Parts: sequence; structure tokens; C-alpha cells
Amino acid sequence: MRLFFALLAGGLFGAGLHLSGMTDTTKVQGWLDVFGQWDPTLAFVMGGAILPMMVAWRLTRVTRPLVGGAFPPAPLPELDRRLIVGSVLFGMGWGLAGLCPGPAIASLSYGGISGIVFLAAMLTGMFVAPGLRDRLDSAVPAA
Amino acid sequence: MQHDWIMGLAGGLIIGLAGAVFLLANGRIMGASGLIGGLVDGSGKANRAERLAFLAGLFGVPLVLSLLTGWKDTHATGNIAVLVAAGLLVGIGTRIANGCTSGHGVCGISRFSFRGIVATVFYILAGGLTIVAFRHVLGVI
Repeated sequence: MRLFFALLAGGLFGAGLHLSGMTDTTKVQGWLDVFGQWDPTLAFVMGGAILPMMVAWRLTRVTRPLVGGAFPPAPLPELDRRLIVGSVLFGMGWGLAGLCPGPAIASLSYGGISGIVFLAAMLTGMFVAPGLRDRLDSAVPAA
Repeated sequence: MQHDWIMGLAGGLIIGLAGAVFLLANGRIMGASGLIGGLVDGSGKANRAERLAFLAGLFGVPLVLSLLTGWKDTHATGNIAVLVAAGLLVGIGTRIANGCTSGHGVCGISRFSFRGIVATVFYILAGGLTIVAFRHVLGVI
């Protein structure tokens, strides 16, 4: 059952990304481009996605996961260097290509060579990230 | 343009439904970078099959939809240097920050997670400034 629901969730995620236009890099970059031809679509996608998730988080208070186990723990309250540095690096890459991890997989069947090159680089980045994360933690704040 | 917003909202609701299924059925947060990254760096060995099933759906359904309704275009750049730099930044950044648009954005904001909201503000600001620098100043993207 766990695998069935994972396949179902992944499939719905893919359908939503595909239909919403979020696999089109011009729409993503267009949303970030407030000084150019601004495209508001991404805000509608985010808003639409957050609504069902708010209901789902509510339901986690009164239910258990269908296949057993426990729900994720409460989010950590404090910020750290990893969160900020990582998000800035991610945002730079997201702006450069207009792709993030979900759409990179969802559009792989029609993204051509560009999609494959981006994905290969992204997987490489994910492979080396744990080492960089440790170096970031041990780095002394700039004097 | 209005059609784009309606499709965006409809697609967004489906994305939220996907996250709700993954959370309420499997008890997991639907974060694309975490699901993929755990397979790449070995940290997700324990639930490898679940990750692969999710990614199979994520890849397969757009493929089937394309076969039925026609192929879309990602309009991604053909500039290899830009693609490699962007991919590396996205891969490294999401794994250091422990989340991307789906995990920190959709799943984090909807539970009013302070970290999710702050991460989202930072990657949007960084993305916006990158567009300014590389599109309007340097003119490379």
C-alpha cells in the first residue's frame, strides 16, 4: 500500500506540475522577473497547492498515517546557516534555468538534451552536497 | 493569460492533493529534493522503494499526458554552461537547505513553518536577483 500511495502522490504531483505550466521555464523565470514581463502564474500554483495541504496538516492532528507509522515531527523553530546559504544557492540556480527538482523530473520525457544536462548536474550537486554541508558547518564566520 | 492562471490554480490544487495523499497515507512530507537526494547520497536507503515509486509517478504521468494530449516545450536554455551551473546550484542548495519549492514552499508554508517561510523568501529573492543580473544586466539568459 505504501508503494501504491507513493506512486499515486508522485503521479498527481507530476500531473499538477505538467498542467499548471510549471514545467515551462519561461513561466517560472517570468514569475521571478519582476522588472520584465512579469507572469503571475506561479503564485496561483503555489496558492492552489497550499490550500489542500493546510487541510491535510489540520487532519494530522486527529488521525494517523493510513499505512501506519507516525506523522513528521513539528518543524524546527530556529534558523541556521545551512537554511539561508542553501536557499540562496538554490534560488540562484532556479533563476538561471527556471527549473527546480520536481519539474526537472516531471518534464524529463520532453525536456530534451537541456533537461538531461540539468538533471545530471543537479544529481551531481546532490551527491557532493553532504561534504559541502560539513565544511559550511565548520567554517568560521567571516571576520 | 487568464487561461494560464486558471490552469495554474487547477494544477496547484492537484499538487496540493498530491502532498496531502503522501502526508495522510504514508506520513511523509512531499519534498522533491529530499526524495531524490536521499537516493543519490545514500541517506534514504531505508525507504528506497517508496522514493522510487514516487519518482516513477512523477516522471510517468506527464509522459502519459503528453502522449495523450501532445508534447509541451520546457523552453529551457540550450546553453550548456548555464544548465550545468544551474543544476549544480539547485542540487547543492536544496540539499544544504534541506528543501526546495515543494518541501519548504508547499509543505512548509501550509503548516506555517518559520523555516519553510524564511527559506522560500530567500530562494525567491535570490532567484529574482539572479534574473536581474543575468537577464537585464549581463543579458545571458
